[in-house]
Amino acid sequence: MNESQLILEEALRGGQMWSRILRRGQTLRLTDVEGGAAVAALFYNAEDPSERYNMPDTLKAQHIARLTKGFVLYSDMGRVLCSITEDSVGWHDTITGHGTAAHGRAKFGEGTYQKLRNDWYRNTRDNFLVELGKYDLGKRDIVANVNFFVKVVANEQGALSFVPGHSRPGGFVELRAEMHTLVVLSNTPHPLDPSTVYEQKPVALTIRGGAPAGANDACRLSRPENARGFTLTESYYAGRAS
Amino acid sequence: MALSESKLDPAKAVFDQVVLAGDGFTHVVERGQIFRIVDLEGNQAADTLFYDAHDPSNRYSAVDTVREQGNIYLSTGTKLMSLDGDVLMTIVADTCGRHDTLGGACAAESNQVRYAIEKKYMHACRDTFLLQCACHTPNLSKRDITANVNFFMNVPVTPEGKLTFEDGVSGPGRYVEMRAERDVRVLISNCPQLNNPCNGYNPTPVRVLIWDAE
Repeated sequence: MNESQLILEEALRGGQMWSRILRRGQTLRLTDVEGGAAVAALFYNAEDPSERYNMPDTLKAQHIARLTKGFVLYSDMGRVLCSITEDSVGWHDTITGHGTAAHGRAKFGEGTYQKLRNDWYRNTRDNFLVELGKYDLGKRDIVANVNFFVKVVANEQGALSFVPGHSRPGGFVELRAEMHTLVVLSNTPHPLDPSTVYEQKPVALTIRGGAPAGANDACRLSRPENARGFTLTESYYAGRAS
Repeated sequence: MALSESKLDPAKAVFDQVVLAGDGFTHVVERGQIFRIVDLEGNQAADTLFYDAHDPSNRYSAVDTVREQGNIYLSTGTKLMSLDGDVLMTIVADTCGRHDTLGGACAAESNQVRYAIEKKYMHACRDTFLLQCACHTPNLSKRDITANVNFFMNVPVTPEGKLTFEDGVSGPGRYVEMRAERDVRVLISNCPQLNNPCNGYNPTPVRVLIWDAE
């Protein structure tokens, strides 16, 4: 297969959830078509979902409190689930979690299916529960998530503030799976976004074929911790066909 | 950082136990009871998780806690939030001033990433959590071990999005005290980490005390 052969293009409506198992080496690009989108994401080892994205391990291995190109997403088992290989946005949040039905009601008012049909105000928690349920996973599998296209900064005293207008139209971020990874997405408003209008922002997804990180890969070489993380990931697959 | 002291007398505590360096602890704190952790010798990290005692899936959520209070550091007044948006504990006294909840717990596997592949043999908090779950709380397992509180640990975040581990702001005898807002299972790993300054390279005991509601 051609290294970057197109496998799938899919459009995510505002409010929509999505999941797929990425094979090692496949890339997933998320594009914020109009700007201002927020995509909450969870990641699991597709072969053993008890291994999942671990926010603290990701932050402390790389001495970061944000995500961008060159960084990787660690599992709780010291392995790299995905690398961030491209990013035009510069900052993706992973420390402020996601919204629930209660957050949505408080901010946007009632937006029921009975009234709005498929334009109803879906929330991230319920979307995660539904999408995880399709793999027989549930609430106990919900951990601190990634918020693509979202920037929340902490000042010297630790006070958090949401940065409006952070993601511009056409902004994109690209992930490369380093393990067979179950990716669960929810294209739903972030609870710290001050907008009181439930905005439905389209997001474009593009999946291409490829190979896992090579010897000179930028994410591998970005810091010695990541070199060890890739070594541990490769030893997990050692002795297997793929 | 604002410090606040407690008037409670340790002689009147209904529960009083020392958790040795590298050991684990679990106990249900009843609604209204006051729970205190004392950093006996200073610069110790007490990795701590909380669960609704009657529904462990309604567990402590670090990201919900920091987002709802609008601040990444925990101190007096902080409400420790659950996944369902309930308040599990409220911090009511704190003579340390700042506690972390973004740094998580050490694990044999993450130690390999952070320090060296050969560090896998070293004792780590995740092992302590797993053994506590296996021996004392059969309804909890690996998937219930999520981002914890690191009492007495100092993990500053910069406005540029960097994260650092710095010497503790704690000292001998400093403590943090919290009120249970429902029946809460507390799970502690008294951190055995020897690879970074979170314990001053010398893990030491902590003391846990419980008082009944007045």
